[in-house]
Amino acid sequence: MKLAAFEAQGRARWDRLAALLDSLELGKSGPGSPPVSELPELYRHVCNDLALARDRQLSSALVGELNELALRGHQLLYQARAGQGANVVAFLTSDFPRAVRREWRLVLLCHLLFYSLLVGIGALAYRSPELIYSFIDEPGVRNMEQTYDPTHGLVTKERGAEDDAAMFGFYIWNNISIAFRTFASGLAFGVGTLVSLAYNALDFGLIAGHLIRKGAARPFFGYVIAHGAFELTAMLLSGVAGMRLGLALVAPGPRTRLAALRAAARESLPMIAGAALMLVIAAGIEAFWSPRRLPQALKYGVGASLWLFVATWLGIAGRVSGD
Amino acid sequence: MIDTIHAVQTPEGVDLALPVAGPTPRALAYGVDLLIQVVGLSSVQTVLFSAGQSGFAQGLYLIAGFVTNWFYPVLFEVLSHGQTPGKRIVGLRVVHEDGTPVGWSASVLRNFLMVADFLPLLYLAGITSMCVDPSFRRLGDLAAGTLVVHAERSSRRLRAKQVEIAERPAPPPFALTLDEQSAVIAFAERAPFLSSARADELAAIPAALTGAEEPRARLLSIAAWLLGRA
Repeated sequence: MKLAAFEAQGRARWDRLAALLDSLELGKSGPGSPPVSELPELYRHVCNDLALARDRQLSSALVGELNELALRGHQLLYQARAGQGANVVAFLTSDFPRAVRREWRLVLLCHLLFYSLLVGIGALAYRSPELIYSFIDEPGVRNMEQTYDPTHGLVTKERGAEDDAAMFGFYIWNNISIAFRTFASGLAFGVGTLVSLAYNALDFGLIAGHLIRKGAARPFFGYVIAHGAFELTAMLLSGVAGMRLGLALVAPGPRTRLAALRAAARESLPMIAGAALMLVIAAGIEAFWSPRRLPQALKYGVGASLWLFVATWLGIAGRVSGD
Repeated sequence: MIDTIHAVQTPEGVDLALPVAGPTPRALAYGVDLLIQVVGLSSVQTVLFSAGQSGFAQGLYLIAGFVTNWFYPVLFEVLSHGQTPGKRIVGLRVVHEDGTPVGWSASVLRNFLMVADFLPLLYLAGITSMCVDPSFRRLGDLAAGTLVVHAERSSRRLRAKQVEIAERPAPPPFALTLDEQSAVIAFAERAPFLSSARADELAAIPAALTGAEEPRARLLSIAAWLLGRA
């Protein structure tokens, strides 16, 4: 069939489809446009025409035009169903804890690595007082010692709601960004994630060890225990998600590296989303609860119950028989 | 085929050709987006701090910075047909590899993993990945299964029915193969966009077909005959 005849046969349908696509892409079907119900039929016709035109090499301009129509139809017809995805309650009470438990080996490994490094460097900083100055300069150390001074430190001083709000914003911005970067840098064969986790363990261990040596253990742990339950766990979970990416590249198993990476990326999404939500909670606790001047017993009690809550939540929630 | 095309097979069994976009237009779109984010954030800053420095304003500003930093591309890509404002201006669109519009999880992955594309510095990993991959995918695209394609309607410019051929149709002196036929038709389609000298030069190449005199007119009339013009 010659091009002119082919075009004469199909032109009316193509223009009709183009008009329908124009209106649907704007999100509404206008008064003049064809009814939506015609889309599947018009689309399948144009797919036929495209295959024919290409096979007969009718004209690259026509093939281009039909390809564009088919592509736009394809995008409309096969788009993901919107509005069924996010169910926050189901996510928090089952999907997220289950995603964490599915990776229990990596979760355990990351916790072991992180806390042994933390305790190790803490012990070193406790025994050698000069160690901390290799990482933090002198004014920084002095400032930190004052903050957690057991008798008249800043932590025990009441601060206003304004500062709390500012700090809440800061923790959201800073901590969640760190978590996302820890996750993403796992793509560098897991090295980026490990460096990030190690850096955080060193930082925390160093400060803790130094403050214990200075006799500021009680105010320091009273401050960190509550939000630490969410913050440290979430940081480690973002590390687990990052390690999933890295391990998929290092040891892809029976799949190609690309296929393994894609599967790992998909599977680590609930983990990173859950970690981000936990960090929002942690930011709230750190900004509004942790700096409150309250009896130490209460702070430790609340902190301990939050740790217990996180452990039970991630360990049990959403469990079904045989899980 | 020297065009950068990513072919997708639809359930209808037809191959759709996705025109994938290379590093240069994508860098351009990224630059525009960066500019928009900076301008947007500084106007948020101006509004928030117009009533003086307060802790609440500071907190809100930091949260706005966080949301812009991580979710600006995600929100626009998912809610605005795969296009951030920068991509819209440059004429790009993000789609899944099967040509369907990009969804939440793929968009979150490809944009968060941009951090890895930045490594070790200045998007070296991402640019390397784009240069090596036939579909110009950066690391985030590879992991999320997405493509960045040209969204402009290139075929609008070159509609088949707009190819007007003044010459009278004439059959070729000998039978042409399918490839040769489509080359002649492609010439007729592109001739209006070529300079006259260049068109003459190209038409003179198939000398056996066009003969010595007026090769361009001769080739166009063969094209008209092939197209079935009366």
